[in-house]
Formats: sequence, C-alpha cells, structure tokens
Amino acid sequence: MSDAILELRDVRKIYGSVTAVDGVSVALSSGEFLSFLGPSGSGKTTTLAMIAGLVEPTAGDILLKGQPLNPLPPYRRNIGVVFQNYALFPHMTVAKNIAFPLEMRRVAGAEIEQRVARVLSLVGLADFGARLPSQLSGGQQQRVALARAMVFEPPLLLMDEPLGALDKKLREQMQLEIKQLHRNMGMSIIYVTHDQEEALTMSDRIAVFNNGRIEQIGTPADLYEHPQTRFVANFIGETNLFAGMVSEVAEGYCKINGNGLELRARNGGSIKKGQKAFVAVRPERTMLCEPGRAVAPGENRMTGEVSETVYLGRSRKYVVRAGGADVTVVQQIGSRLDTAFSIGDPVAVHWKIEDATAVSDSAI
Amino acid sequence: MMPASVRTEFLWRGLRITISALLVVFLVAPMLIVVVISFSSAQFLMFPPPSFSLQWYRKLFGDPAWIDSLTASIEIVVPTGILAMVLGTAAALGLARSEIPGKKIITGLLMAPIVVPVIIIAAAIFGAFRIWNLNGSLLGFILAHTVLTVPYVVSTVLASLQMVDERYENAALTLGAPPWAVFRRIVFPLILPGVLSGLLFAMVISFDELVVSLFIGSPTFRPVTVQMWSDVLGDVDPTIAAVGTLLFLFSLLVLLLEALMRHAGMSSPLMGQS
Amino acid sequence: MFNSAAMRPALANRALLVVPALILLFCVFAYPVGSLLLRSLSDPVWGLQNFRAIIEQPVYFNALRNTVGISGSVTLICLLAGYPLAYTIAQASGRMQRLLIFSVLIPFWSSILVRTFAWLVILQHRGLVNRAIVGLGIVDAPITMVHNRIGVLAGMVHILLPFMVLPLYAVMVRINGTYTQAAASLGAPPLKNFFRVYLPLSWPGVVNGTVLVFVMGLGYFITPALLGGPGDTMIAQLIETEVSDLGRWGVAGALAVVLLFGVAVTFALLFRVGNPATRK
Repeated sequence: MSDAILELRDVRKIYGSVTAVDGVSVALSSGEFLSFLGPSGSGKTTTLAMIAGLVEPTAGDILLKGQPLNPLPPYRRNIGVVFQNYALFPHMTVAKNIAFPLEMRRVAGAEIEQRVARVLSLVGLADFGARLPSQLSGGQQQRVALARAMVFEPPLLLMDEPLGALDKKLREQMQLEIKQLHRNMGMSIIYVTHDQEEALTMSDRIAVFNNGRIEQIGTPADLYEHPQTRFVANFIGETNLFAGMVSEVAEGYCKINGNGLELRARNGGSIKKGQKAFVAVRPERTMLCEPGRAVAPGENRMTGEVSETVYLGRSRKYVVRAGGADVTVVQQIGSRLDTAFSIGDPVAVHWKIEDATAVSDSAI
Repeated sequence: MMPASVRTEFLWRGLRITISALLVVFLVAPMLIVVVISFSSAQFLMFPPPSFSLQWYRKLFGDPAWIDSLTASIEIVVPTGILAMVLGTAAALGLARSEIPGKKIITGLLMAPIVVPVIIIAAAIFGAFRIWNLNGSLLGFILAHTVLTVPYVVSTVLASLQMVDERYENAALTLGAPPWAVFRRIVFPLILPGVLSGLLFAMVISFDELVVSLFIGSPTFRPVTVQMWSDVLGDVDPTIAAVGTLLFLFSLLVLLLEALMRHAGMSSPLMGQS
Repeated sequence: MFNSAAMRPALANRALLVVPALILLFCVFAYPVGSLLLRSLSDPVWGLQNFRAIIEQPVYFNALRNTVGISGSVTLICLLAGYPLAYTIAQASGRMQRLLIFSVLIPFWSSILVRTFAWLVILQHRGLVNRAIVGLGIVDAPITMVHNRIGVLAGMVHILLPFMVLPLYAVMVRINGTYTQAAASLGAPPLKNFFRVYLPLSWPGVVNGTVLVFVMGLGYFITPALLGGPGDTMIAQLIETEVSDLGRWGVAGALAVVLLFGVAVTFALLFRVGNPATRK
C-alpha cells in the first residue's frame, strides 16, 4: 500500500452501549475518489468525523501519508472538509470565508487575495467574492464551501453528503462538476452519501457500510455485477433475491435449493456448502417467454404468472409471481426479446446462470 | 349555518373584542397618565391637569436629593451592567457545549435569583451585608444588582449560542483554527448581539430595582427608585411623575436600541417571547 | 451531525468559565439566603419557636391568609381577563397583532413603583375613577379605593396581567386552527367547540400563566405597601417589618421559609396538574 494516502486500520467507535463503527479498515490511493455509501446510522459519517478529528476513535489507527493522525487535533490535520449544510460563516463575505484557512496558516495578504480569486474562478464564482452567504443560492453556497476546503491545497478532501440539500437537477449538475474538478485537480476524495446512484456516478471505488462495518469495497461495476452480500445486492440497484440452502459447490458455481426450486449461480468465493444463501439476479438480466419453451442449457428457469405490468417509456417492467416470490423483470422496449405480456398471462422467467450471483446474508 | 348561531358568534366576538380593547386601555392608560401629570401646572395630583408646565422637571433637577439619587443610580447601573455581562457571558459559554457533571444544578443556581421572591433575596443580602459592612456602599449595590441581573444575561447569551450552529465551530476547526481563534473569529461575533442585549437588559433591571435597594441603601447613598419610594410615602407631589416619566423614557430608549440591534440578526428576551 | 461534545481536552477548560459567576452567586445569593432560612431555626435560640409564632399569632396568620387570598384573586382575575385578550391577539393579523403585543409589553418597561403610583392617582378620592362614577351618577359619594383591597387588586392585576397574557398567547398562537374547524364540521356548536377542543389545547398556556402570576403575587411587596390598607398586609411586608423595624431575624427567616415553601409547592402542584403526561 505504498501509494496509499490515507489508511484506516480496524477503527472503532463505541458510544456507551452503542457501537457506531465496528472495525473499519480501508486504504485510499492518491488521487482516488472513494465513496462511503450506506443507510443512515451505518457508521459512514462517524468514520468520516474520525478522519477529520472531530470525533475520537475508541480504537484503531488512522494514518495520513503514513503518519498517525490520532494524536492530532482537527486544526492540525490539514484535511479539507465540506459539511452537509456548508457551514459557511454567516458574518463573513464569500471571499473572507475562503480566505479564513489561509489566514489561520499565516499566509501573506497579497497571496491570500490571489489564491482566493483563483479558486473562486475554479468553481465558477469569480465575481461573488463580496457577497454574503445569505445572498447565495444553495448550489452557489455549496461551491463556496468546496472552494474554502480546497484553497489551502490539502492532501485529502472529505465531503459529507454535500449535495443532500439540493434539488434533483442541481444535484446531478453538481455531481458532474465535482467529478470534473476531481479529475482536473487530481485530489484524493472521500465522499459520504446514502444515494447509491450518486455513488455509482462519481466514484472510482465505493465502500458499502452497514451496521458500522464495511460490507464490500469495489468499483461501481464490481459492486453492481458481483455483490458479495445480500445487503449490497439490495442496496445498489434493484435486484431479485431467491432464498435457499446451498446443496453443491463446484468450480466457482453453486447450487441452491429453496421453495421447490433448484437454481444455479456464480459463487463469489465465500459461499460454502450447507449454508443459507440467496441467488441474486438483476431484473434487466431476466427474460420472459412462453411457458412452453424448453430450458436452454446454462440457464435457470421458473414458471409463473404476470401480476403487474408497468410502462416506463424506455422499458417495460413486469412483476411475475413465480418460485414463491415476486420477480421483477425489466425489458427494453424495441429489443429483440421484447414481448408484451398482460396481467394474468402464464409465463416462464429465465436467465443465464453467469448473470446470477450467490450471496450470503449480511453478517460476514 | 343557522342564522341564530352566526348571531351568537358575532355576539361573543363583539364581547371579546370589547373586553380586549378595555384591557388594552387598562394596561396603557396609567403610564400615559403619569406622563401627562408630570407636565401639570397644579400643585397636587390632579388629572386632567389644568394646564401644562415644566415646573416639576425644574424642581427635580434643582433638588439635591433627587440629583444625588440619580447620580447614584447611574453609578450603580453602568458597572452592574458590565459586570453582569462579563460574568453572564462567561457562564453561558462555559455551560453550552460542555459536559460538566452537575450541569443542571449549576444552571439552577445561576437562574435561581429569578425564581426566589425578591423580598427574600433583599432581606438575606441585607443581613449578610450588615456583617460585611457593605450596606449603603456602591460596591454593595453593584454586587447585589449583579446577582439579580446575571440570570437574564446568561439566558440571553445561551439563547444566542443555541442559534450559533455548532457546525460553524467544527468547520473552523477543520480549516485550521485553534479553539481560541474559533471563539474570537466565529463564535463571539455571532453572539455579540445577544451579549449586548444582555447588557442593556441588565442595566434596565438595575435602574428600576427597588426592593433590594430599599434594604441595602442608606440615607446618604440611595438610587432614584428608593428616593421615589420615600417621596410617595411622604408628601406626594407630581415630582414623582416627572421621575417616573424619565425612567419610562429611558426604558423605551433601551427598548428601541435593542430592537435596532435585533435587526443585526440575533433575538433576545426583551420582547418577552419564550 | 458530528458529536463534537465528545472528548476534546482543549475544550474541557471551557467549563471553568462558569466559575466567576458561580462564586458571586454563591457568596452574595446562596449563602445569604441560606443563612436567612437557617435563622428561622436558630434565632434567637435553636428550635421551632418562630414557626410556632407564625401559626399561632393572628398577625402572621392573617398575613399568610391575605397573601394567598390576594394572590389567588389576582390570578383569577388575570386569567378571566387575560384569556380573551390573549385569544384576540392570537387571532389578530400582522400589524394589529404587533400593536397589541406592544401595548401588552409597555407595562414591562415602566417600573412597578411608577405604575403603582399611577394607580394612586387614578383611584384617589378626587381621582379619575371617582370623578367619573360620581359625575355619571352611578354613586352618590366617592368610593374609597386606595389603602384597601380594591387598590391592591387593581394595582397587582395591572402589573401581573402581561405575565398571564404572554404565556397564553405563546401557546395559543401555535394552536392549529384546523382542530376547531374539524370539530365544527363534525357538528360541534361554538360553546362546546371551545370547551372541548380549544380550551384543552390552550391548557399548557393556562397553567404557565397561572403559576407565574400566582407565584409572583405571593412575594409582592411594593403594591400592597402603597395601595393596601392594614387589613391587606402580605408576607413580604411582614418580612420587611421584622427585619427593618424589629430586627427579629428568626421570625423573618421563618416567614421566608413559608413563602419559599409556598412557591415551591405551587410550582410542583400546578405543573403536575397541567402536565398529566409527566405522571407516567
């Protein structure tokens, strides 16, 4: 891990009887955009607070460029933090807000002016220096907060759900802007969010948090195509899950029996014979056909009845009652396999075995 | 809707509004009467006065007893305000955002002078000052009045602090500001309106204070309220109305000042909201 | 978001800022009040003689009775008058509302002594009220309204009314109008609507105002001294006499204990009554 700019080793935070963070270890490479993704209460924000120095870890080490951060108070860590509601000082102008960290570092007056102007134009707010935060829109405030955290050129930038207060369109626009900034400046960023779409859009890697632990770290594609636990499969994108017991394990695949069905799926590596597991398959990888057609080799199949259809413009979504569960099937309209079924039609749902992954329950 | 019930509704409404109007007059009139009487040309308390004159104000400013007591009041009010402001602000800062054991007891003690009936405080302080020889002294007055006004400053500043989001302090810390800089550059400027409100509030309360001052004052050193008291019990003439009017104007002035400051951002209890 | 109150040693020293205020309040408030209260048991000798005197001697007992009676009457009058006033203010719009609140607050910014003096002027034999009612023929001769119960009540109600109106208003202004609308749509006539829907909703304000006014009334000194007669003596006046004229600190201390006890009991009782939820 010589390239790692930030390293967390088995970090824990316990409040009385509540364990907020339960042994988190992760390493951030220089220039990487890593998201902490998870529901509220999963420990992602607390972990971020420990990196920033605003919360003291109960156990574990945090190292920045190889140096331990634990003994340092937040004002000596030189890490940029963008807060959820921006926390722009209301009694200072935009320019003074951005100048603040430079003043704390005793940078000379003329240089402060230069750097403030530079970073303001970087975020597209070149003429806004004299305004007060109360005179800015949400998106503008967000950019000032970003500028303030970047102006002193910290080796690491932490962002705590910075786009949460913005409306959808603005949020999507800001996501792209932040991604661009990241690419152009080559900053190392840890980004906390509960929005999986946001994480998928922006990140180089995502760490999925649940109950104070990281369930899986990987690239967006990794997490989407090869989830390792039921929680990750469910949290990222939509997925179908079939419960059962593992009856066979062989060569990267396994067989799972449940609800009178025998399904085969890919084994991510940690599935063992005899354990409880789920077959996870994405709706867009499932297909519908007439019940009469034969099972193709390398496919799972089950019969059932269409209980719901939804027209989504670009695609059609079906809910099929099959295999003791409600299976969601999404079909692109106009694709070769597109057939319009109606409610009540008997159908067969099928998918390729490679498109299904066997995942365990969340307790790793 | 039945016309009958609409009629009764109007009746109730009319009754309610009449009572309210009468009560407003009840509340406001007495003070107005005092103001008018202060300009009376009659020799005794007559309302409405036969004609207007400034004689009572002239008498007020010509009478050494009144001048002395007004001077004493000012000598008391200013240091009291400042002392209460400093101690109260410090206490509020210490209370907010710290986990002290016994925080509730400490807050209770700081607020107690408001809850305990003033007559008890007056008798008690008088007793203690007798032993320490502080009755009739400026220092004694300042200490006693500060005790009475500190709770108001604490509560004003605490309210201000609550409105200063903790996240500002966190942000400043992460931007490289050590705790002292966080206070000086971020927290203090934001609570300043609340602190100044507390100062003004303390000064007004001290200026109007009578009960404790009655006990700890002496014939040679007494604030203007005590002078008024002895005047009312003795020969009652409109001089008192003149003093009363001046006190009223002083309070109104402070109220205006405070309202102006409130437009600088922070709220205060001077408008009586809880 | 971040729980920054947790363990940052640099800020623990911040707690020390409370100390100067605490020292002052201990020396010039807690200790003197404590001593006074203790004197009830120790002055002139250890024992309960002061308390016995209070209960047995009519002077004291009457004063206690007056205190509770006068304060109670004042509270009742303030409640009956203040409730409709608070309601009117709560229902008023923008400018009228601000104007009304301002009028209610004007009394706050004139000293109690000045206002009590004003009542002396208004209620005296040749004062406004007497001249009006004699002139209008309602009575034949001027009524004595000062140095008696009428004067005390008038003065105290005038001073304490805002303390009833403001807590009531604070609660009323937050009552959602849709409750009474819903009740009306369900068939409730105005009187029932008020007693079954609005009054219960305004109850916390009623409790706050009542407790505040009653407790303040218990300790009153200036108004009864100036506007009351010998039959209206309240505890505070007795304490003053015992200390200033008679030097009987033990009795004064006992009276103070009784007064403080009354205040505490009122708070406890009425808040219990007002907030049944806290019983659970």
